[in-house]
Amino acid sequence: MSSSAASTHHPDAQTAQDSIVEVRDVHYSIGGRAIFSGLSLQIARGRITAIMGPSGTGKTTLLKLITGQIKPEKGQVLFDGIDVASLSRTELYALRRRMGMLFQNGALLTDEDVFENVAFPLREHTDLPEALIRNIVLTKLQAVGLRGAAQLMPAELSGGMARRVALARAMATDPEVLIYDEPFTGLDPISMGMIVRLVRQMNYALGITSIVVSHDVEELSILADASYIIAGGTVAASGSFVELKDHESEIVHQFVNGLADGPVAFHYPAPDYYEQLLAGDA
Amino acid sequence: MTIVLRELWDNLRQFVTTVGAVALFFARVLSQVPPALMRFRLVVEQVHNAGALSLVIIMTCGLFVGMVLGVLGYDVLQRFGSEEALGTAAALGLVKELGPVVTALLFAGRAGTALASELGLMRATDQLTAMEMMAVDPIRRVVAPRFIGGVIAMPLLTMIFIGVGIFGVQLVGVQQLGVDAAAFWSQMRSSVGHEDIMEGLIKGCAFGVACSLVAVYEGFNATPTAEGVGRATTRTVVTSAVLTLILDYMLTVMML
Repeated sequence: MSSSAASTHHPDAQTAQDSIVEVRDVHYSIGGRAIFSGLSLQIARGRITAIMGPSGTGKTTLLKLITGQIKPEKGQVLFDGIDVASLSRTELYALRRRMGMLFQNGALLTDEDVFENVAFPLREHTDLPEALIRNIVLTKLQAVGLRGAAQLMPAELSGGMARRVALARAMATDPEVLIYDEPFTGLDPISMGMIVRLVRQMNYALGITSIVVSHDVEELSILADASYIIAGGTVAASGSFVELKDHESEIVHQFVNGLADGPVAFHYPAPDYYEQLLAGDA
Repeated sequence: MTIVLRELWDNLRQFVTTVGAVALFFARVLSQVPPALMRFRLVVEQVHNAGALSLVIIMTCGLFVGMVLGVLGYDVLQRFGSEEALGTAAALGLVKELGPVVTALLFAGRAGTALASELGLMRATDQLTAMEMMAVDPIRRVVAPRFIGGVIAMPLLTMIFIGVGIFGVQLVGVQQLGVDAAAFWSQMRSSVGHEDIMEGLIKGCAFGVACSLVAVYEGFNATPTAEGVGRATTRTVVTSAVLTLILDYMLTVMML
């Protein structure tokens, strides 16, 4: 456990003024299936907050709500006090310029090289001279250790490298909040270590807020200042990793300790096994 | 009977919903055309992709369509002893009908599918969502330049198809079958007027708008899976072809 993680405050203890993102009693369903039923949480400004939970609990859906890609059926998602769902497209784009998002697969533009990918938001949003764009891009690529890969195409990058380029791109316009969607999935331990280090560096060197959505408990235990575990459409537990380890909730216990069976059953709901076999019904 | 009626009703409702969605999408694309035109480099790039890269197939098909027209036209016209009218008949057929229609069908198959699959793959790999997250409107940055590129390229390709087609007619009719060259060209010049060429151009522009819109709509709204992208590509060809032929009939009647 890192020193910063040890000095963690309980996220619920954050006041509204300290929160850059506030989710208030959000309800959301997909195809009649309730994903969230009264979800409330706060993301502390300037900290690394982990959003964890078993697969299919709506972690990515929560990110979509925070970034305004979808709207809640009930409740509010506030970004720095602004109700995200109430914004027009133009206002939403203005708000998104304050956010950076790292996608699970990097989502790099496949027809552009690494340099152009990082330069993309600068070219779209600024009229900076080419020399300055070049310097900013090289600075961002240097920060993620890929200045030497500037001329490579996305297809030539490994999964870890693609995510580091995407991080450099997300950082290009110096956002206030960086959102990471499953940043560790499918990475080897070296790449994973690099990403963990970069998330910490970016957060504390630049004074930004980081929201990390993942189910990699081990990495998040090193990284996050505070964590939320989402299960059953609401927050099942929140706090520091130490607090979550000792949490009384069965589902939190199963998730944090990686147990195969528990409230999240090993078997998907099905008719009686023997009856189905005897019936000869596939 | 009730089931049939219900299915018909569902299909009708689905059709109206789709037409509404396409209309809204079209309005959104049109609203982004002026800002996209301001970034002319992106448009030129797309004219190159949709137009220059389709040139070989357009010219090859134009040549062979012209040659077939030459052989068939000569065969029919010589029965009436009027093979000199080959130039007029072939040119009018190419300018008013075959040029725009065949070019549109080829355009849908070559450039349309390329557009739809490119946009569909961008959707499937989160590139379009990433742009939205970077506060960049993908309609303005990606869709509008491709739409304009298609709309500009299509009439140009139509004119090239017609030109090469007439060359093909001449190659077979004059060079091979012995139609008098002077009669061939002079009859063509005297009977094909500006209004005929305008008709071909108008059709080319209309088909360009229709085929490009179908391609960008299907690609942009593709289901983000391998199957979804495949379906979007197939739908692009089928819808473009049907729409082209319906529009062709309507425009022909209107410009008679």
